[in-house]
Amino acid sequence: MNASTTLVYDGSFNGFLTAVFVAFDEKINVADIQKNNQSQSGLFSETETVFTHVDKAKRVWNGIRNKSHNAISNVYFAFLSEAEGVEMMLYTYIQKLMRTKNGKYLDYSDSTVLYIAQLAKKVGREKHRMEAFVRFQLTKDEIYFANIEPDFDVLPLISKHFRDRYADQKWLIYDIKRKYGIYYDLNHVEMVSLNLKDIHHNKTVKSDAFDTEEYEYQTLWNDYFKSTNIASRINPKLHTQHVPKRYWKYLSEKKEAV
Amino acid sequence: MNFDRIREKLNILADAAKYDVSCASSGSDRTNKGKGLGNASKMGICHSYTADGRCVSLLKILLTNHCIFDCAYCVTRKSNDVPRAAFKVQEVVDLTINFYRRNYIEGLFLSSGIFKSPDHTMERLVSVAKKLREEENFNGYIHLKSIPGASDELMYEAGLYADRLSVNIEVPTISGLKLLAPDKKHEDFTKPMEKVRNEIVRYTSERKIIKSTPKYAPAGQSTQMIVGASGESDKDIMYSATYYYKTFNMKRVYYSGYVPVTHDSRLPAIGSQVPMLRENRLYQTDWLLRFYGFSIGEILNNQHPNLDMDVDPKLSWALRNLHHFPVDVNTADKRLLARIPGIGMRSVDKIVKARKFRKLNWDHLKKIGVALNRAQYFMVCDSRHWERRDLDADKIKGMILQHSTGKYRNQHSTQLSLFN
Repeated sequence: MNASTTLVYDGSFNGFLTAVFVAFDEKINVADIQKNNQSQSGLFSETETVFTHVDKAKRVWNGIRNKSHNAISNVYFAFLSEAEGVEMMLYTYIQKLMRTKNGKYLDYSDSTVLYIAQLAKKVGREKHRMEAFVRFQLTKDEIYFANIEPDFDVLPLISKHFRDRYADQKWLIYDIKRKYGIYYDLNHVEMVSLNLKDIHHNKTVKSDAFDTEEYEYQTLWNDYFKSTNIASRINPKLHTQHVPKRYWKYLSEKKEAV
Repeated sequence: MNFDRIREKLNILADAAKYDVSCASSGSDRTNKGKGLGNASKMGICHSYTADGRCVSLLKILLTNHCIFDCAYCVTRKSNDVPRAAFKVQEVVDLTINFYRRNYIEGLFLSSGIFKSPDHTMERLVSVAKKLREEENFNGYIHLKSIPGASDELMYEAGLYADRLSVNIEVPTISGLKLLAPDKKHEDFTKPMEKVRNEIVRYTSERKIIKSTPKYAPAGQSTQMIVGASGESDKDIMYSATYYYKTFNMKRVYYSGYVPVTHDSRLPAIGSQVPMLRENRLYQTDWLLRFYGFSIGEILNNQHPNLDMDVDPKLSWALRNLHHFPVDVNTADKRLLARIPGIGMRSVDKIVKARKFRKLNWDHLKKIGVALNRAQYFMVCDSRHWERRDLDADKIKGMILQHSTGKYRNQHSTQLSLFN
């Protein structure tokens, strides 16, 4: 038996796919796949650093996609969950997928397959939530700005939705947890990182970074939210089930509740 | 923009519009043309939820709550003493655009009280939609109310700009309509529906030949009925719902438990409870008819004009038809699986996929998400343990109720409470 090897990659999705390529190509007995900033060498395994190679990553991407479209989105979504040890689970998943004749008929009673599918579903849910819960605020330099704090790294997933929808306004969505954002300049969406002085969640003090009418519209929206409620049908449990409390501080309609 | 005045109007006109249940933003696939603003999401997006747990996806307002009609069930009826207001066309457009740009909403839901005449009102509604589409290049979702009695020409124009059109028939029976809304005729409601249906059919068939045919009400039509206002039976409601689904190709029929808003001897008094459980049972029936392959006569007929309140309609049907059971989940076809109480359409799909790999037993079914507390009496699987006792319907019902809880259970329990 070959000695087992721990592959270390740069933390990007392409890097991970390159690691998978290297593992398949060199028939490595993989002990683990780790991000370079949190790698730990094992007692009985060697460590090999993988350098991201876009062409190799693309070959793996296409290989998985040719098996099943569903599988490639599962792999990408699950990767963005940043769950601990997800790389190794994904590697096993890809091995299992490649062994099947037709990727459509994956056996969902297999624990790895089920785990990846469930993880992908969680990330998908968070993506959908962010498409709903982003609240833009118009800044003085006419950029619609929102800061978010999603459970998973969903910015790459929501960028197309916002680009298609808000094609005629400049916008910036900033992930506070992961310290980067996506900015649309009326032509392209690009990744940006910035020195955010303060986080713009709900507070009573008005920031002077925003347009004068911004707070008027927030009041209107708050009012609308209140008047559209039917008091005789109140159902707080259902409400928090749909809008979990951790999102409240960025939702302007929940200003008073926070 | 005078924000204080707008604020006042918005409060009045949003409050009056909230009894309309429909808030769907799904079903349309309008794309963003020429770098304009907005698109429609096929599955719809709920941007927030009110404290009563209903979704907020559209800016739902009335253009005005001035009304020449005096329908007993309606909060904006002419004889009701409430503050009145009216939006200008441009004000609605500005509100919609500014809310939309901040990602608060999916689009606009515009309804109105009827001022002057139905045509006059409809024309205003259409002009809001037209302005949004043509001047603001807005491609988000627009839901317009068809005003009962509006002319065919206006209904035609409305469909060119709106994604969905709806007329609320509100009262499911013609006799109830005479009692509660004496100024309105049944034909006033059906005529606009018919026009829109015909246009949708025409446009879809034209699109098959000419791909560039513009969209006409891509998300179809819907309607709404009030439940518990005019003493109608569940059978009346569901038979007329079926009629509207069949005759007018409705995408949805909504059932709205009546919230008492005015003092009127013809209606439940203010403060009486909203029939939420009944509403829930009606929706369950609606789903059984549309997705589970049930026909209306099986669930509601002259022997059973009302739905059971203590068990769901599918279980109730199964208890009346025990001769169809037990069903073997490893061999039965999809249609039959869907009829087992406790197995929903998602479980049906999973069962069909999973049984290709192996025979399923109780553990598998539990993992799939089947509600075994109900299903166990109606099915067999790859296990030697299954219900062998010769139970009759009442026994099964008793056992199911005993081993389950429901959030409405306290409302129809005959058990007296000790500390109350």
